[in-house]
Amino acid sequence: MKIPKELKYAKTHEWIKVEKEIGTAGITDYAQEQLTDVVFVELPQIGKVVSKGEAVAVVESVKSVSDIYAPASGEMVEVNKALENKPGLINEEPYGKGWIFKIKIKNPKELDSLLSAEEYEKSIKEGEK
Amino acid sequence: MKTPLFEIHKRLGAKIIEFGPWLMPLYYTSIIDEHNTVRNKVGLFDVSHMGEFSIRGKDALAFIQRLITNDTSHLSNNQALYTPMCNNNGTIIDDLLVYKFSDEYFMLVVNATNIEKDYRWIEGVARRFDKDISLKNISDETSLLALQGPKAKEALQKLTNLDLSQTKHYWFKEGKIEGIQAIVSRTGYTGEDGFEIYIRPECASKIWNRLLEIGKEEEIKPVGLGARDTLRLECAMLLYGNDMDETKTPLETNIAWTVKFNKKDFIGKEALLRQKAEGIKQRLIGLELLERGIPRHNYLILKDKEKIGTVTSGSFSPTLKKGIGLGYVKTDFAKEGTEIQIQRREKLAKARIAKIPFYRRK
Repeated sequence: MKIPKELKYAKTHEWIKVEKEIGTAGITDYAQEQLTDVVFVELPQIGKVVSKGEAVAVVESVKSVSDIYAPASGEMVEVNKALENKPGLINEEPYGKGWIFKIKIKNPKELDSLLSAEEYEKSIKEGEK
Repeated sequence: MKTPLFEIHKRLGAKIIEFGPWLMPLYYTSIIDEHNTVRNKVGLFDVSHMGEFSIRGKDALAFIQRLITNDTSHLSNNQALYTPMCNNNGTIIDDLLVYKFSDEYFMLVVNATNIEKDYRWIEGVARRFDKDISLKNISDETSLLALQGPKAKEALQKLTNLDLSQTKHYWFKEGKIEGIQAIVSRTGYTGEDGFEIYIRPECASKIWNRLLEIGKEEEIKPVGLGARDTLRLECAMLLYGNDMDETKTPLETNIAWTVKFNKKDFIGKEALLRQKAEGIKQRLIGLELLERGIPRHNYLILKDKEKIGTVTSGSFSPTLKKGIGLGYVKTDFAKEGTEIQIQRREKLAKARIAKIPFYRRK
């Protein structure tokens, strides 16, 4: 299971990578493995203003359906259209081509409450007990 | 609990899940990939968690006839039969396979999560029946592998002298695979041709590994419970605990054909006759989504905003590439083609009552 060091994580299994004021987000390798093959993705609406923790996307896999929560507050500026035809990208490259949305971060301080790679790994292990 | 193959599954990189008390492989590479392997080539499943009981004795045949709704009186030796087992209310305790070795010796194959419940029930029936039979739970001394797919016969034939082309659908043979004593039946839960292989647990890993090796030519792959579920759903084969339980009778489902009223006496007969006379109020139906989305267990089924039923199984169909499901609706709405909606939280998706099975092998 991959948990890249340079990313920030939410307990609800989203990752975010922040460059300047834009955060790119998706779901973690652990999450995609739990979900099984992703077959549909409901992407957020561009321009939508969301709060941290708000359900913004839906990922449907063969076995289950899962809400994806915004790891930070802000405005949706881009979504990964490629997922509409190739939802399996989330399984293949959860941290790369399987990204889900980009968000313009409203309050960078909010990111401090997200987990580091080590903390996220620990939270998964605790969740599995 | 673990099957004898647990360590092998882990080594193969399986994603392990809890299935009742069992730790089982959900998938090795991907559910869709494994599903397609079984539809097009051949897949190998470990289903050793299933339960097996032996029933022996002079009155074994009469006892089985009383226990189940289907009719074993016309079965030959070495023939198997699918049947529900009902309680006095006519509702389903479990669905199982009956293997007939002789009039005095049968094997029942039951669902893993129902082993204890079924055993207690059958034991109770045996006590009241008060005839010459002996019941034994042989689950711990039996492992079960399923080899399923259009290439299953070719692959398995390389390991056995049994003439598999002479083994018809729902018949079985006893013989050797790789020198190991086995029961080989032409049965399965995938809708494809295939075999189920019963062996001693200590031989399971040897046969498993040999099959994966010898099947390379046929592009065999190990397959987990994830694809087992999507494969059976496309064929509208029922899953106990989802699509049927002790609140449903066989007459409400697509296995009403397994209730043989012309049989003299069986548990649940009176209740089922009564239900038949009064009319069936709800029916099992297949449904397909007409837009993007996937029905899931417990989603509501609506017609013109009124609740008419509930989804009991649902998934993405890798073969049809859309959301499909099974569920129960009030009989008035059970007609094929009826437009319905599926509700998840506040969201509605357009769907339609579909013909089942969704998939039938050519």
